Order: sequence, then C-alpha cells, then structure tokens
Amino acid sequence: MTDMSDSVSPLPKVILVGHPNVGKSVLFNALTGAYATVSNYPGTSVEVSSGNCVIGEQRYEILDTPGMYSMMPITEEERVGRQILLHEDPHVVVHVIDARNIERMLPMTLQLVEAGLPIVLVVNILDEAERLGMKLDLEQLQQRLGVPVVGAVMKRKIGLEELFAAIKDYRVCPHKVFVYRNDLEQDITAVVRLLNGEYRLSKRALGMLLIQGDEDIKQLVEQQEDSDQHNELVEVLREIRFRRRADLHLQIGMERRHIGKQMLDGVVTQTQAAQETFGEKLSGWMMNPYTGVPLLLLVVYLGLFQFVGVFGAGTLVDFLEGFLFEEYINPPVIAFAQNYLTAEWLFELIVGEYGVWTLGVRYAVALVLPIVGSFFLVFSVLEDSGYLPRLAMMLDRIFKKIGLSGRAVIPMVLGFGCDTMATLVTRTLETTRERVISTLLLALAIPCSAQLGVILGLLSSAPPALAVWTIFLLGAFLLVGVLADRLLPGEKPVFYMEIPPLRRPQLYNVAVKTLTRMKSYFFEIFPLFILASVILWAGKMTNTLDVVIAGLSPVVRAIGLPTEATTAFVFGFFRRDFGAAGLYDLQMAGVLSVTQLTVAAVTLTLFVPCVAQFLVMFKERGFRIAVAIFVFVTAFAFGSGWLLNRMLVATGLLQ
Amino acid sequence: MQQLSEKAEEVLESLWILTVEGDQVGCLLTDLQLEADAEQLKDLLQRAYVEIRDNRILLRPEGEAEARMAVRRHRLAERLTMDILGIEGEEGNEQACIFEHLLRQGVDTKLCTLLNHPSTCPHGNPIPPGDCCTEARRSGSPGIVPLTELKAGESGGIAYLAASDDKKMQKLMSMGVLPGSDILLMQKFPSYIFKVGHSQFAVDESLARQIHIRR
Repeated sequence: MTDMSDSVSPLPKVILVGHPNVGKSVLFNALTGAYATVSNYPGTSVEVSSGNCVIGEQRYEILDTPGMYSMMPITEEERVGRQILLHEDPHVVVHVIDARNIERMLPMTLQLVEAGLPIVLVVNILDEAERLGMKLDLEQLQQRLGVPVVGAVMKRKIGLEELFAAIKDYRVCPHKVFVYRNDLEQDITAVVRLLNGEYRLSKRALGMLLIQGDEDIKQLVEQQEDSDQHNELVEVLREIRFRRRADLHLQIGMERRHIGKQMLDGVVTQTQAAQETFGEKLSGWMMNPYTGVPLLLLVVYLGLFQFVGVFGAGTLVDFLEGFLFEEYINPPVIAFAQNYLTAEWLFELIVGEYGVWTLGVRYAVALVLPIVGSFFLVFSVLEDSGYLPRLAMMLDRIFKKIGLSGRAVIPMVLGFGCDTMATLVTRTLETTRERVISTLLLALAIPCSAQLGVILGLLSSAPPALAVWTIFLLGAFLLVGVLADRLLPGEKPVFYMEIPPLRRPQLYNVAVKTLTRMKSYFFEIFPLFILASVILWAGKMTNTLDVVIAGLSPVVRAIGLPTEATTAFVFGFFRRDFGAAGLYDLQMAGVLSVTQLTVAAVTLTLFVPCVAQFLVMFKERGFRIAVAIFVFVTAFAFGSGWLLNRMLVATGLLQ
Repeated sequence: MQQLSEKAEEVLESLWILTVEGDQVGCLLTDLQLEADAEQLKDLLQRAYVEIRDNRILLRPEGEAEARMAVRRHRLAERLTMDILGIEGEEGNEQACIFEHLLRQGVDTKLCTLLNHPSTCPHGNPIPPGDCCTEARRSGSPGIVPLTELKAGESGGIAYLAASDDKKMQKLMSMGVLPGSDILLMQKFPSYIFKVGHSQFAVDESLARQIHIRR
C-alpha cells in the first residue's frame, strides 16, 4: 500500500456490510491484500478495518464493518457498523450474504436498498450452496432488486472481477420501493411527512427505524428537526407505537420476509440435498455433552498441554533461550558491552541485571514469543474450524452461573493466550454487566499463555502443587464469578449464537492469522518490555526499586514468602509473565520450598494484570471500574495467598 | 360433598409428590409439620383419602384421584403465573399457590386448553393429564407447544413468538425465526440447538421457550 497523504480529496469509499460469518473479511483481504482477522465465528471484526484498493485507474478506500443482523443494531459492534452507514458518504456499499441463507439475509438487503444506499449485493459461498442442492438465478434476482448482484466464492476469488466491474461502473439510480402492507405504509407516510432535515439515509428507512424505536435515530432526528416539528413527530410516533404495541417488530419482520420470499420465487430452486457429511457428524459429537466433554479434554490436552506447554514452552524456549541466546547471541553482546560500554550505568542499562538486552529483549523474544505464538496458532486453528461456538454452547449453562452467557467463552479462551487482547474482545458481549464481569475474571483468574507456560514449568516438578494451584484458581474463578453475578445489578444475559458448519482450517489462513496476532502482540508488548527494563534499571540505579521492594516486602512476608520474592511481584505488574519468570529464577536458586512456590504461583496468577491489560481495562471500562477491579484483584490475590499459606502450613499438605 | 379446604389440598399434593412421584412409603407427620389432630387432616381422614399409622400419613387409593388433580391444578397454576403472567421466582410460586385453589369446576380444563395441554410445569415436573389432555391427544389435534416441549430430532412449523421484550424479539428474528418457517430441534441439552433454513443456532432455555411450534 502506498502512502496516500499527498491526495487532497478523500478517496471514494467502499463499505462492506453483512451478517457475521459470510466472508466479509475474506473479501476485504482479497480487495486490499491487507489482513483483517478472518475467522469462522461470529464477531471477530471488533474494530473497523480499512485498506486501499485500486480498480482500473481509481483508488478506493475499503471499510470492513463488524457483522450485523439488520439495520437495527442489538449489540455494540452492530452499532459501530450502523454508525458508519449513518455518517459516511460511500461510493458503494457491498452487502455480502451467504447463498445458503439467502432467504434469511435478503431482508437486510431490502433494508439497505430502502435506505437509498448504493448497494452491490454479493451472494457468496455459492459452492457450498450448490452442495446443498440449491440453484440460484442471480440474473433474475438482479432485475427484481434493481441493484447489481454478483455471485461469488470469495475464498477462491471467484466473482472478484465482476465485483470490480460493478464497483467501477456504479451508477446511482433511483431505487425500487418495496411496498409494505397498507396500514404500515400509512404509518410510514405519517412519519416521513414530518421529516424535513438533511439525512444520509432515505426518510422512508429512517421512518421505519423511528417506528421501531431506534434510540440513535431518535437523537439524530432531534438534532435535525426544529422543535415544533419534532414535538409533533414524537406525538405521532407514540401513537403508532402504542397502537402496534403487540406485534410491531414481528409484523415488520414478517412483511420483509414476505417481500423477500416473493423476490426469491423462481430465483432459488432446491433439489435433492447431499447426505450428512462427516463434518456434520463430528459437529454433533462436539455438541453432545457425553462426547463433547472428552473431545474438549482432548483439545485442551493436545492443543494447550502438548503443543503450547511441551512444544512451545519446552522445545522452542529451550532452543531460543538455552541454545540461540546463551550460546550464540549473548556472549558477543556481553563481550561487546564489556569492551565498549565502560560507564557503569550504561553497562547496567544494556546487559545488567535488568538490562534492556538481558532482561527486555531476551524475555520478549526467547521466552514469551514462542509460547504466545504457539498459543495463537492453536487458537487460530480452533477459531477457523468453528469449534468455538460449539464450546460456547456447551458451557452456556455453567457460564450463566457466573453472570455470563456462552458467548463470553470466546474472550475467556483467548485470555489464556493474552488477557489484554481478550479484554478488548469483551466488547462483543451484549450488556455492560457481562463486559464488567468478564473483564474482572480475565484480570483475576485467567493466566495468559506466557505466564501459564512459566508457571506450568515451575510447578510440573511437583504435581501436587500443580493440583493445588489448578483447584485454587478454578475455585477463585467460580467464587468471584458467582459473587459478581449476585452482587452486580442488571439483567441476566440471554444466549443465542449461530453455529457455523465445521470447516477444515485453511493452512494459509491459519498461518497469516497467527502471524498477524503475533505481530500485533509483539508490537504492543515489545516496547513495554523495553520500557519495563528501563524503569527497573532506573529504579535500581536510584535505589527507588529497593524502596518499593522494602515497602511491599512485609506483605510478601505475611503470605509466607522470602523477601527476595518481592521483586517478582514488582515485575509482575510490568508483565504477568515477568513475575512468573522472576519466580523461575528464585526456584533455580533454590530459595523456595514447595509450599512457598505454590503460594507464590497462586498469588502471582491472581495478582494485578500487567500494565498493558490495565491500560486496556481503563480504556474500555472507564476509570472507576478499572481502578475498582485493580484494588479488588490486588486485595484478593494477597488475601488468597495468605489464606492458602495458612492452610498449607496447617495441613502440611505439600511438605 | 363440600370442597376440601385449601390446607387439606396442600397435604394431598405433598403426599402425592413424596409417595407417588417419589418412592417414599407415606411420610412422617412431622415432615409435613402436622399434628395428628390437625384440622386439615380431619376432613381427609373422614373421606378415607388418607390414613395414619404410627406417626406416618399414607395416601389411600380413594384419595389418589383427588391428590393427582390437586397437583395438576398447582402445576397448571405455575404455568399460568410464570409463562403467561411473567411472574418469576419466589413471587411466582406464591401467586401459583393462590391461583391453584381457584382452578376448580372446569376452570382447570379451560386453563389447560388455553395453555394447550402442557405436559410439564416450569420446573420440569410432569403435569398429570386431565380428561381434556387425553381427549386432545385422541383427536390428534396438532397442538402448539413451546420449542422446549419438542423432542430432539422433532420438527414443526413456527406458530408464533411469545417474546416478552423487543430485544428478544429482534434476536429471534435475526436468526430467521419467524412464524411460518419450519424449524428442526436438533438437541436440547446443554443448550437448545435448532436448524432454520440451512443455519444452525444455539439458544438458551429463556429464548427457546418463546418460540411456539405447531407440531
């Protein structure tokens, strides 16, 4: 992508919209060559991705929006997408739908056309529709809709050329009007008559949204209309909504489906469907608790334990850290430093105890990246295969007990990779209450993969300690979840989720996705590692570190740990895994008993999230909630550490 | 014959649940917090619905029909308060206890027909069928039931949606769940999974209960 800062006039925009999981992001990548996260579960495009694309002589800006089910948003992400449609002035809006579900998705096309937007309809995933015995006459559909229709298999770039042509030659012409039932038409007319302001969307579409009680549109209209007119409008709307109180949404939904069905009559022909595939059988096994739980354990064992734990945290780390860094990279760097960095402060800064190189770079590259990278690989495979919605469905009942719905399974699982990323993803949850509870649980009881890797490494030498750690954390997760559910006001969540067909993960897709995640992780984290080592170095040089450690050490001693362990806790705030790695050094030095090690591991896992996660919490949940969570988590961590220490000492369980 | 007192009906209900649905042989008077000479027992003993042996109270065959109908009225009342009136939790239970005593002289039959002969109460316990239920089954009327009443693998047409709020209604519609569409229930536990068109969805019980199916 070239730099476009020299262009004065903004580029014409092409906006991609559509239901979740219909291939918008695949299309986005095909258009821009950039990589937006593509996956097989509803709701990955949390933020709007943008990129450029040249068609013919013209360069366009492409915007990919989060999935939405209709023009009237339910979740925050849907609102993000709709906001774009309300305020941007696009050259073309590309509506992507799944051919198999054309009947369900066409009503949204109708809404978009009704809104007067310059629509191109892309009927994607034609290949799988054919496998289901569906035949589509898109020529006829185009005539009936009055907008360009392109059939596509975007995964294999089929239909891309036709889409280019449709975008390039787009001519805005007055759209067809789809006529509803008489009584509804009268209500729409009554509302539209009172709209005199300037709007991006057609007044007819705004009228429909107003009748349905859309809050954003209400505000928009209030700003645009003069007050007399607006008062009259409010009165008319009140009257309509009362009269239609029993079945407003349903009636509108039925009307749109009716029009959609008429439009598809003769367009779709269904022939003999194919037999149940192996994928469908496997899908059934994954969702049946008797077979699903063993399958889940298998996934955890193979994916997390064997691949991330043994391969990532073992083999890869040994190679990078033990072999590459120790043997080949560190000696020349240290030799260089000894020869040329004669000033003590400079020597310390680069290769000292907390040096930028010895601590920052080595930890980031050799210890953390291989672990996080292998986790992201596993996560990408799971995500692409469509396993996650099935897991969500299996765990919904348990998650309801902690005030969350099955939907929250996705950020929780991602949290085992990186809690910071997971906290960002909690945005896809429907209510503020769910977002707060999941942010809290991520901060408290979900160890990220880097931390998990180090802690598993630490405790694996003492299996009973590992068991205590696991049980204690699980207990803390459930206890705090149940309490949060009891104490936080607000409604219980409702669970609904599309279960997409299982797909064989595409090697290319998985690889690119893993690399993209690693890249963003690395760019976000690497500077923090360096910053952390600089701060620690400065602290050491000015003795502030000693003061902080001295301040915290009574607390650390109170939970039965040696004073040296304090450093690990101070580190822990900069990076969760830093702290764990600090423990690793202590254990190597042989200053921790098994009890102490267990207490330290539990406390450190529960202890405050790293700086990055705290910043995201602050940004996503606001100052008050972030600080409240921070204080609670700190108190809870040390409280638990104290309690666990007492229990272990009293029972002599791990002696 | 005069109607049984409300208290006496409740004794019959408890006995039915413990001895017919459960596997106890009678139950201790103390379990029901009753004295042997309690007012509500007199009537029951006089009609020979129950008998008392060593502190245990036993349901006699003569009392079974009355007890079954009392349980039926209670569970129908629960359906009414919780599903139709939307009163939930403890409050719903209390209201149901008041309503059940009003469901006599054919009112229970009317309510049962209105609710379309439900087979379980909101807690999942069976509602003993009345004559109206047997009749409806015999005549083979299709009946409209919530999705939760279907068996896994069963399909039907969506008759109507009883969503209590706009958000739930929007969610259902976004899944293509609209009256007139066909739906196939694939699985009931741990969540409800159904297929509409070519898509599968998982929903929890609160949403599944809103979808009413014509079998």
